[in-house]
Amino acid sequence: MTPITPAHYMILSAALFIIGVIGVMTRRNIIVIFMSIELILNAVNINLIAFSAQVGNAVGQVFAIFVICVAAAEAAVGLGIILAFYRNKETVNIDEMNLMRW
Amino acid sequence: MGEAIAFYTLAALILAFGVLVITARSTVHSILFLVANFIFVAALYVLLGAQFLAVIQVVVYAGGIVVLYLFVVMLVNLKRPPEAHHDRRRRTGLGLAFGLVVLAEFVAIAVYKLVQPGSMPPGPPMSPDNVQLVGRVLYTEYLVPFEVASMLLLVAMIGAIVLARREL
Repeated sequence: MTPITPAHYMILSAALFIIGVIGVMTRRNIIVIFMSIELILNAVNINLIAFSAQVGNAVGQVFAIFVICVAAAEAAVGLGIILAFYRNKETVNIDEMNLMRW
Repeated sequence: MGEAIAFYTLAALILAFGVLVITARSTVHSILFLVANFIFVAALYVLLGAQFLAVIQVVVYAGGIVVLYLFVVMLVNLKRPPEAHHDRRRRTGLGLAFGLVVLAEFVAIAVYKLVQPGSMPPGPPMSPDNVQLVGRVLYTEYLVPFEVASMLLLVAMIGAIVLARREL
């Protein structure tokens, strides 16, 4: 068995990223779309930490902390928007989110 | 050898739960699969020697964000499933095709790198004291971004409260 290199982690991260992209593209429930975005951010974090371990300094891990911080902010604001939208239209389907369509 | 077994097991679990997250019918099931996914990613961080981030991952994602999601699913009491309404202009196949285009792009990059292997010299092994290492970098070199991140969280908190209030 070959030793585990950063390339292995990159392939795993790319696969997780694509799962997230397909989730964003194909689902209609906006809560599931937000979860897919979390999957994408996790894929980015795996990449950052794999390279941090390879290069041998902690900067990648610090950036992963910032990514987690942004993900938390995004989840809080996004779910607030979902609640506000739900109160107006009683749905979480993105096909019906066309209030601002020209 | 042990590392390889751990990596392949964790990778298989992460990808399997990732697929389950986007394919599950019920939103609550999706969220529970997401928790499992986050926990296995945390285990992968431990494998990479990033113990502090593994703990952060479990506490912030599996503890905080997922609870937020569950609250929203509880608050939006759906009378009809979101997949019921179907916009004819929106095609699921097209979305899948775009996802596969991204996949093809990644595969092309990987093949290109296999043709021209760039070597990355492995650095010195990191000290096992991970928390001290991360803390030193975070509070010296990246102090200003750290403070900006705290501002971002404050703004997000206020924004979430304002958005979720009864009368907007």
